[in-house]
Amino acid sequence: MAGTGEGKKEEADYKRLHCFPLIRETDMPEEMKVETMELCVTACEKFATNNESAAKMIKESMDKKFGSSWHVVIGEGFGLEVTHEVKNMLYMFFGGSLAVCVWRCS
Amino acid sequence: MPVTDKSVAASVRKDDEERVDTVDRWDESHHGKGLIKPPDQLELTEAELKEEFTRILTANNPHAPANIVLYNSKRYRHASVTQMIVHFVVEGSLLHQDSDEARRQKQIGCQPEPPPRSNFSSLANQWVIYDAYMEELQKQERNKEKQKAAPSKKDPDNTKRAVVSTDSHGHDISKVRKAVKIIERMVNQNTFDEIAQDFKYYEDDSDEFRAQEGTLLPLWKFQYDQAKGLSVTALCWNKKYQDLFAVGMGSYDFNKQEHGLLVFYSLKNTAFPEYSYPTKSGILCIDIHEQHSYLVAVGFYDGCVAVYNLNKEGMDAVHKSTAKTGKHTDPVWQVRWQKDDLDNNHNFYSVSSDGRVASWTLVKNELVFTDVIKLSLNGAMSEGTEGSQQPIIACGTAFDFHKEIDYLFLVGTGEGKIHKCSKTYSSHFLETYVAHSMAVDAVKWNHFHPKVFISCSSDWTIKIWDHTINTPIFTFDLNAAVGDVSWSPYSSTVFSAVTIDGTVHVFDLNINKYEAICQPAVMAKKKGKLTRVEFNPIHPIIIVGDDRGYVTSLKLSPNLRKKPKAKKGQELATGPEVEVAKMDKLLSLLQQPENSTA
Repeated sequence: MAGTGEGKKEEADYKRLHCFPLIRETDMPEEMKVETMELCVTACEKFATNNESAAKMIKESMDKKFGSSWHVVIGEGFGLEVTHEVKNMLYMFFGGSLAVCVWRCS
Repeated sequence: MPVTDKSVAASVRKDDEERVDTVDRWDESHHGKGLIKPPDQLELTEAELKEEFTRILTANNPHAPANIVLYNSKRYRHASVTQMIVHFVVEGSLLHQDSDEARRQKQIGCQPEPPPRSNFSSLANQWVIYDAYMEELQKQERNKEKQKAAPSKKDPDNTKRAVVSTDSHGHDISKVRKAVKIIERMVNQNTFDEIAQDFKYYEDDSDEFRAQEGTLLPLWKFQYDQAKGLSVTALCWNKKYQDLFAVGMGSYDFNKQEHGLLVFYSLKNTAFPEYSYPTKSGILCIDIHEQHSYLVAVGFYDGCVAVYNLNKEGMDAVHKSTAKTGKHTDPVWQVRWQKDDLDNNHNFYSVSSDGRVASWTLVKNELVFTDVIKLSLNGAMSEGTEGSQQPIIACGTAFDFHKEIDYLFLVGTGEGKIHKCSKTYSSHFLETYVAHSMAVDAVKWNHFHPKVFISCSSDWTIKIWDHTINTPIFTFDLNAAVGDVSWSPYSSTVFSAVTIDGTVHVFDLNINKYEAICQPAVMAKKKGKLTRVEFNPIHPIIIVGDDRGYVTSLKLSPNLRKKPKAKKGQELATGPEVEVAKMDKLLSLLQQPENSTA
C-alpha cells in the first residue's frame, strides 16, 4: 500500500516536473508573450503553494512593464469569461495542474 | 443771440433784481438813487431788453441717452433695440450632437478612443489540463519521429502525411455517412416520386375491363456504370429485407469472359447500389440465405463458389473455393442455401456443367465440399481405355430443392432431361423426365403445390409437370428461347417467364390455360435479351434482368394478382391450402383431357 502510494506521488511529481508551460490561447505579440510566460512560470514556481501571492507578483510586474490595469487569475479548476483589450491576453497551463489567465482591461 | 448773453442777461437781471432787492432793502436802509451799471455789462438796446425769453423746466434729464436697451420681462426678451452696431459676423450651421456628422467630427477631432476589446472565455479543469498536455506530448513525439525519419527517407514521410490526411477525411465522411445515406434516399425518392407513388398505389383500373388480361407497369430501371458490358445473370430477392435484391453480373458468352460484379440494390435508393463487389470471374448464380440474409452464395463462370458476408467490410468473399478445395471445373449454374446441418453449419448446394452436384459446408471459416451426385447420361456408356466403362457425364444447368421435402430436388441438364434426385442417393436418380430438346435453363418447384414444378428451355418451351407423372401437364410455346421462369409467391397458378426477344410473359393458369395473360415487350426486339426474372416476396413487382446489365422493375396489375374470390359468407382462407386446392382443381380438370391427348 505504502509502495503504491509512493508510486503515485512519484508519478504526480514526475508529471508536474516534466510538464512544461503550455500556452493554450493568446493574442499577444511574440515578445510580450514570451516575457509574460516566463514571468508566470517564475511566479508560480516561487509561490508554488500560494496562488494569491503568485498572482500578485505577476500583476504588479505586468503593470510596471506594460502599463496599467492588468488582471491575473491562477487556479486548478475554474471557468472564465473576460473582456480584454485586444492583443493583451494570455491563457496558459503550467505544472500539469495549474491554469493561469492574464489579461488587461482598463 | 448767444445763450450766454441771455443767461448773462438773465443773471444780470437777476442780479439787478437782487441788487434792486438788496438795493431796495438797502435802499430802505440807504435810499440809493438810480441804477448802478457794472462796467462789463452787456449793452442791449431797450427793445432787446424787453424781449421775453421763455424757459421750460422739466424733470427729464436732457443729457441722458435717449435709446436704452430695455429688458421686457413680460416677453422675456430684449426689446426696443433701436441702435445696433455689429462688431463680428461668422456664417455657420448647426449639428445635432448625436448625428453621424457630429460623431465623426468628434472622432477625428478631439476625444481619445478606448482601445478595442474582445471577450474570452474558457474552462480550466484538471482533465482539460491533462488532455492538453497529453496532446502536446503526442505532437512532440510525432515531431521527433518525423525528424528521425526525415533525414533517412523522405517518401514514406509524404505518404504518411497523405495517409494521415485521408484518414482524417475518412473519419469525417464516416461520421456523416449515415446522414448522407438518408439524404441520398430522400433525394432519390423525390426524384423518382412518381414511380414511388405508382409502386405503392397505382392500380391499373383498365383491368376491370380486360377480364383476361393484365398489364405490367414499368417502374424503376437500375443500372450501374461499372456493369456496362456485363449481362445480368442472376437475380435474388432478400427474404428479410424485401426491398433489397442482389444482381449477379457476368457473361453467358463463351468467348467473352470478363470480370463479374455482385451488386445489391435497394428500392429505397434506385440510383446507386447499396453494395457492390467486383469479382474476377463472371457470376452465374446467387442465392441469399433465408435466415441469415447477410450471407450470399455465389457461383462463378470459372467453377468457383464463394460466400460473401454483407456485414463485413471489404470487397472479398469471406470464403472462396479454389482448385484445391474442389471447385467445379465448369461454370456453376445454380447455388442454393440449405437448412443448417446437424452441426449448425451453414451449407449450400451447387450444380455445374461438370456434372456434379456438390454440397458445400461452412465449417469453421472453411468451405468443405462433398459431392452429392454425379449426373450421368442414362444408358450411354462410352468405352474408355482398357475396356473400362466410364459414364458420360451430363451437364447440370439448373436445379431446385423441394420446398417441403427437404431431400428431394430436381436437376435440369444440358441435354434437356430433368432428374429427380434425393440427397441420400448419390448415384441413382429417383426419376427422369425427358423434358426438352435443348438445355434446361431453369427448373422450379411450385411454392404451394407440393407436386408441381415448372421448367423452361432454350427450345422455346415452358413445361409444367406433376412429378408423379412422366409427361408434362402444360406446355407453352413462346416463339423464342426462354431465359428464365419463376413462380409467383402469392399464387400457385401465376408464373412469369422472360425470353430473349425482350418480352416478359405472365401466365395465370386459373384464368387462361393456354396463353399468357400479359405479354409486354420490355425491351425492343433487337436491343437485348432478357435473361432473368424474379418475383418480390411481398410487393407486387417483378424484376427483370437483361443482357445489357440493366434491371427493370415492373408492377403487376391487379388482374395478374388475382386471389380466389370468397363466396359470400365464407371467410377467405389464406395461403397455401387455397393455392393447393386451386392447382388441384386445375390438374384434375386436365388429367382426363391430358391423358387423352398425351
